[in-house]
Amino acid sequence: MSVIEIKNLCKYYGKSRGIIDVNLKVEEKDFFGFIGANGAGKSTTIRILLGLIKQTSGSATIFSKNIGSFQQEILTDIGYLPSEAVFYPNMKAKDVIKFSSDLRKKDCSDFSRILVERLKLDVNKKVEELSFGNRKKLAIITALQSKPKLLILDEPTSGLDPLIQHEFFDILSEMNKAGTTIFMSSHILSEIQHHCNKAAIIYQGKIVACDSVERLAKGNSKRVTVTGNVDINRLQNVKDVKIEGNSISFLYQGNINNMIKQLADFDIADINISEPDFEEIFMHYYMGGKENDNI
Amino acid sequence: MTIFKAQLKQDKIAFSIWTLSIVSLIAMCIFMYPSMQSQMDSVSEMFASMGAFSSAFGMDKLNFGTMLGFYAVECGNILGLGGCFYSCLYSINMLSKEEKEKTAEFLLSHPVKRSTVYLQKLLAIFFEITMLNLLVYVCSFICIKAIGETMDINSFNLIHLAYYLMQVELMGLCYFISSTNNKNNAGLGLGIGLLMYILNIMANISDKLEMVKYISPFGYCEASDILVNGSLDFAKILIALIIFSLSLAAGYFIYNKKDIK
Repeated sequence: MSVIEIKNLCKYYGKSRGIIDVNLKVEEKDFFGFIGANGAGKSTTIRILLGLIKQTSGSATIFSKNIGSFQQEILTDIGYLPSEAVFYPNMKAKDVIKFSSDLRKKDCSDFSRILVERLKLDVNKKVEELSFGNRKKLAIITALQSKPKLLILDEPTSGLDPLIQHEFFDILSEMNKAGTTIFMSSHILSEIQHHCNKAAIIYQGKIVACDSVERLAKGNSKRVTVTGNVDINRLQNVKDVKIEGNSISFLYQGNINNMIKQLADFDIADINISEPDFEEIFMHYYMGGKENDNI
Repeated sequence: MTIFKAQLKQDKIAFSIWTLSIVSLIAMCIFMYPSMQSQMDSVSEMFASMGAFSSAFGMDKLNFGTMLGFYAVECGNILGLGGCFYSCLYSINMLSKEEKEKTAEFLLSHPVKRSTVYLQKLLAIFFEITMLNLLVYVCSFICIKAIGETMDINSFNLIHLAYYLMQVELMGLCYFISSTNNKNNAGLGLGIGLLMYILNIMANISDKLEMVKYISPFGYCEASDILVNGSLDFAKILIALIIFSLSLAAGYFIYNKKDIK
């Protein structure tokens, strides 16, 4: 069952581009990564899904209900973590947590207590006294405490220290295993690669790739790093060549046996053949590559 | 009523300060009245002969020698301006402030309808204005009794009712403005309050500007007219009701349709 289904979604701010013909499908229990640079259209897509802004054209459904028409029912089952964690400055953190659960008309006290302990947040402080990172923790608690069916996370880890980030992803992983679908926007590629099963890449408002993370990462190319005396000009089907001292690194596209035969002509001290990392794939799409044009 | 309660909690300090300030100033004026009473006849005569200045504040028609005449001018201006500024200042930022400070994103990502947010926040500012006026009314009444003065309670009620309606009308207008943008509108709110007050003063000075009294809500708060007629001007109240209703209806429509920044 599709939890989120977006069809030809467009948003223009006056004449400025927001998103253009975005099509996406997020299935139940997916941990879906939504990757893009700043201003690519990630937040615009999310804000349309939440009903904060209206699309110029196209449609989207969440839990098979049209956004806009059934917004209140849809939001009952969504936990949202905004990129900027902003709350009422005079409220204490515990009052914000209570306010959020009251708005949901749900007693979330048991799980919120667990989240507060795991994320180590002092809930007796006022929002204005909290650091940026602690405000982010508060935002996580308000988003997760109701154990929603769908979590929408907009750049969730900015401001969190590595230990809390680790704890946060542990919590997300547990919730995902328990059945929560997660839609996470980020420009930190390692986050997507390590935690998501599917991902979409958005560039200048358009989806340029959408597949399982595994398939996105597995193109026809290999990253080959060779140490020794190699004449790169004699090698065929190589690109993205990086030379560092005695070491040459390049992407090779084609039959790996042919490449090894070519390298056999040189005096090689060491060789390493690996999958290209996610950043390289991302850069490939951002440099104008197409979905079927693997690196 | 979660949003309503939260809003009242947020506003409680500002509300307390404004109410206490208005009540204290009015009480101070009332308690000064007995010591000034003996000179009030000559003060009334002096004001009556000051031409346009007296007309501007309606002092040409009021008798300062009576408690109600004194109360209508001195205390009426305190409640009129104080209440008007409170009403404008807080209703004009009620919705826009949430967007400007980005708390609207937090609020509206919960399962609450925009119409609920609009109505509960409106109810909160309406409740605050009502409470402010009720407290001022009760405290003024007690203070007047405390100095042993008597007055026509019907006129006293009408003066307070007029000021209350004026604040509620301005609340509607400013709440509409708040629904249309995402800026800090404090300056605009105070400007609207002051402009309405000045328009009424101008209308008092020049007969040619009589029509302005139908635009400015201070037009139906003129204590001199209320005391003389023993009633509020129905036509002006009707116009106020129309402005109030149209403002809130337009605000409701806009807020439900707009993009939240």
